[in-house]
Amino acid sequence: MSELWELSAAEIGFMIARKETSARAVVDAHLSRIESLDEAVNAFLTLTPDLARATADDVDAKIAAGEKLGPLAGVPLALKDILCIDGVRTTAGSKILENYRPPYDATVVQKLREAGVPIVGKANLDEFAMGSSTENSAYGPSHNPWDLARVPGGSSGGSAAAVSAGFAPLGIGTDTGGSIRQPASLCGVVGVKPTYGLVSRYGVLAFASSLDQVGPFARTVKDAALLLEAIAGHDRMDATSIPDDVPGYAEGLESGVKGLRIGVVSDWIAGEGVQSGVTERVRTAIEALSGLGAEIGEISLPSFRYALSAYYLIAPAECSSNLARYDGVRWGLRARDAKDVVEMNVRSRTEGFGDEVKRRIMLGTYALSAGYYDAYYGKAQQVRTLVIRDFEKAYERFDVLLGPTSPTTAFKIGEKADDPLAMYLNDVFTIPSNLAGAAAISLPCGLADDGLPVGLQLLGPPQSERLLFRAAYAYEQARGPVPAPPLWVTS
Amino acid sequence: MSPYETVIGLEVHVELATRSKMFCDSPTTFGAEPNTQTCPVCLGEPGSLPVPNKQAIEHLMLIGLALDCRIAPHSLFHRKNYFYPDMPKNYQISQYDLPLCVDGHLDVDVDGESRRVGITRAHMEEDTGKSLHVGATGRIAEAKYSLIDYNRAGIPLVEVVSEPDIRSPIEAQRYLAELRAILLTLGVSDVRMEEGSMRCDANVSLRAPGDGAFGTKVEIKNLNSIRSVARALTYEIDRQEKALDAGDTVVQETRHFDENTGKTHSLRSKEEAFDYRYFPEPDLVPIEAGQSWIDEVRAQLPELPRARRARIAAEHDLTPEQATFVTASPASVEYFEALLAEGAPARDAAVWMAGELARALNTAGENIEQSRVAPKDLAQLIQAVEEVRVTLNSAKKAFQDAYASGKTPLEIVEEKGLQQVSDDNAIIAIVDQVLAANQAEVERFRAGEEKVFKFLVGQVMKATKGQASPQVVDQTLRARLS
Amino acid sequence: MALTREQVAHVARLARLSFTDEELDRFAHQLSDILAYADQVTALATEDVPPTSHALPLKNVFRPDEIGPCLPQEKALSTAPEIEQGRFRVPRIMEAP
Repeated sequence: MSELWELSAAEIGFMIARKETSARAVVDAHLSRIESLDEAVNAFLTLTPDLARATADDVDAKIAAGEKLGPLAGVPLALKDILCIDGVRTTAGSKILENYRPPYDATVVQKLREAGVPIVGKANLDEFAMGSSTENSAYGPSHNPWDLARVPGGSSGGSAAAVSAGFAPLGIGTDTGGSIRQPASLCGVVGVKPTYGLVSRYGVLAFASSLDQVGPFARTVKDAALLLEAIAGHDRMDATSIPDDVPGYAEGLESGVKGLRIGVVSDWIAGEGVQSGVTERVRTAIEALSGLGAEIGEISLPSFRYALSAYYLIAPAECSSNLARYDGVRWGLRARDAKDVVEMNVRSRTEGFGDEVKRRIMLGTYALSAGYYDAYYGKAQQVRTLVIRDFEKAYERFDVLLGPTSPTTAFKIGEKADDPLAMYLNDVFTIPSNLAGAAAISLPCGLADDGLPVGLQLLGPPQSERLLFRAAYAYEQARGPVPAPPLWVTS
Repeated sequence: MSPYETVIGLEVHVELATRSKMFCDSPTTFGAEPNTQTCPVCLGEPGSLPVPNKQAIEHLMLIGLALDCRIAPHSLFHRKNYFYPDMPKNYQISQYDLPLCVDGHLDVDVDGESRRVGITRAHMEEDTGKSLHVGATGRIAEAKYSLIDYNRAGIPLVEVVSEPDIRSPIEAQRYLAELRAILLTLGVSDVRMEEGSMRCDANVSLRAPGDGAFGTKVEIKNLNSIRSVARALTYEIDRQEKALDAGDTVVQETRHFDENTGKTHSLRSKEEAFDYRYFPEPDLVPIEAGQSWIDEVRAQLPELPRARRARIAAEHDLTPEQATFVTASPASVEYFEALLAEGAPARDAAVWMAGELARALNTAGENIEQSRVAPKDLAQLIQAVEEVRVTLNSAKKAFQDAYASGKTPLEIVEEKGLQQVSDDNAIIAIVDQVLAANQAEVERFRAGEEKVFKFLVGQVMKATKGQASPQVVDQTLRARLS
Repeated sequence: MALTREQVAHVARLARLSFTDEELDRFAHQLSDILAYADQVTALATEDVPPTSHALPLKNVFRPDEIGPCLPQEKALSTAPEIEQGRFRVPRIMEAP
């Protein structure tokens, strides 16, 4: 007999709609589990039980009154602490915003409220979404439910860990260079980076504006599709928002992959630094897809070698500008007794920001500064064009591309902390999709020989989410159930 | 004759009169309580995003077209990065190397000659908040701390940059006046320098005539009126001349104009030259101005001041100065045309507007839109003078009284009995009285002292309280004295 | 491309950050490493390749000139570290002598 917190979002939503359980009972069950286990996981920075219960009670009242609500009404969700909730502490994992309470809601938060989704807490993250492990959080790292001595990945590590741990069947993260997909891979859950512009960025604290996207975490492909449907759509408050209508992502999932042309990215499968256990699991997945009727081919994408370098110029450049507003003047940490405003700015920022954030601000400021723009930022934007072109050429031959999400399984906390460059290499397979503004999904494809989850990544052109969900679903069904993390057994 | 050629360029910032701000729908009305016209976007709250105001962009396009600029088919917003507390995001959304309007010109008339000043560009940006400096004097240098109001942050600004084609302070004044007139005619801003809806920074350098290269450029800020611009430039040119004559070099710097002393002084700041680190604004998508959109906006161009002056001068046979005065603003054109509609002759209308009306408005500190004498009533006054029912002097007096009291001029004429005394018999009677009372002067006149005549005229005018027709008094006196 | 301590200090000033000398040296080292890696980018031949500043093909996204609701004053000021007379209070803006 399954616990409520073991069920999928679709199942829970169904049960609530049929009054087999109440939204309130569901929220309480999850809050109780969080209470008993989150000290070990540290998935959450701020819990929002009152908010969650209010939403749940509202859902129950509406159902009692006979209203028909959406499929996720009453299903709890962990929200990365980089999206604003009006009046609720939003830290971005940073000391500089330790007590910041935004005066407004993110559009995604409004949409979740309209969908009746109770938000149980603000999830931990690498500071300002910069990192691949949550070790850059000013509030301590989160711990991987598969091995608490290991990282959950990052930057959306808290949301991934929460979903993996059974603290909520749904999570929301942001993905700028892989920050949803990589933690999804390391925690053995599903994570989606939507097409740039599909989900509103209004109310999402900006890291790299031309790369950031909000996306779903879940334990099943169907749940992820349902959540994406709930949060996607044009927003007049976001000028980079795609104006088109949102298709029903959860419909037609069973279409199968017969005849689907899948391009395996050869540079990634046997690339240097890729753990052999990861490669094995991905190859097995390829075989499974082939068995389902997909046409498998191979493709090499040379410009992707440079994507990492381009990303580590573009993202810091944009972030150095986006983070300028944290200056002690209007919000956040203010250094006291400064003799003038410049001193106040400098001390507030120096005290409030962590090392990785400072490193990227410095890198970005340098890349944009007089005399260096053309050589660095300008050049990186040209590489971006090359990456986009390579993708376009690839999609003439294939419908989707395939590769591992992360070169390794979850590493130990502290293992890569002193080597920023090594940390950056975690994102080598995920970054190209961000540069191109395209869609990608990571889903579990089994455990490596070290007993840790491996993520399979499917990539598609912009606005190809339906196709990606269809392919992912087909593989997921063929793969069968994946083991639950040890945390489920020990609880 | 100065051995140097003056090279002046002007940067003018214009606050657009849109209802809402440039990147959000907060209102732009002046004078609200501090921080009551803000939203997450214009406060720069973490997570907020800009969305451009279409009307503001069309206003910019209109300005560019009025200045004969080319409208760029592909244009971008850029971020201009620097830290300052009145700038919520510590970057300003502006335009950099792909501005919307480029390569225009503005023709100004100086000493009867028309000179063409190139317009390098006109682009879109957003205004900052306002600081109150708290300290001994309210000036930033002596402040102990500052208080910031972000109501103004995010209001649309257009920056118009001239080529360094201006050659004298007078030309600079004419340029600004003409630019101002164009902006008023377009209806895109109320361009009041004293209120800050039009701001000007000047760049000035000197060079030997015929020298192709530019001299060292000095930037002057804190210019609060068109007159200040001329004063500051005059002072600065003199200062630079003296320096060069003494063999010193001119330092490239920013200087601050002091209204009270009429001098510019150095803004000594430890900060090295700003590195703005411009890059394309990732939160905004490009502007593609296709021909049909440009044509739509071009169709909204009204008759511009230069063309209007020429037309009105020609149509109504006015002098260029009269035409300039009457067309100084859309409101003055309206007033003028209303006067004509009420039957006033064009010349008289122009003279009255440039004379008594201007004086009354000046005294009251009002603009022509606020004139307390309506065109209809002034037209009737003009007609009364024409029909010799009131002398010109009395009419002028009546006008000023009417302006002050709110009554119509003809009502004042009626009330104070200012009608012209043209009854010949009445004048003859008064003349005889005056002659009788001034026998000595009459003798002197008859003895040949012509200038006594004036005195006698004066006495008659006094006796008639100025209401007699001067021509009739003259004729009658001569007749009675002969 | 090895960065000097002075270069890093200049960048720090632009970014309103301060560092100890050890930190400056450490940054110089780390940034140089990252930039060396990024130098692969500069080695690429890209003369005819236009830069992409926006991956989306969107153009001309605007809003109409209409007024919407504002934050009430207390809410706008609710995040402020220091308030006076309905305004955000900051230390003196001109650098103290």
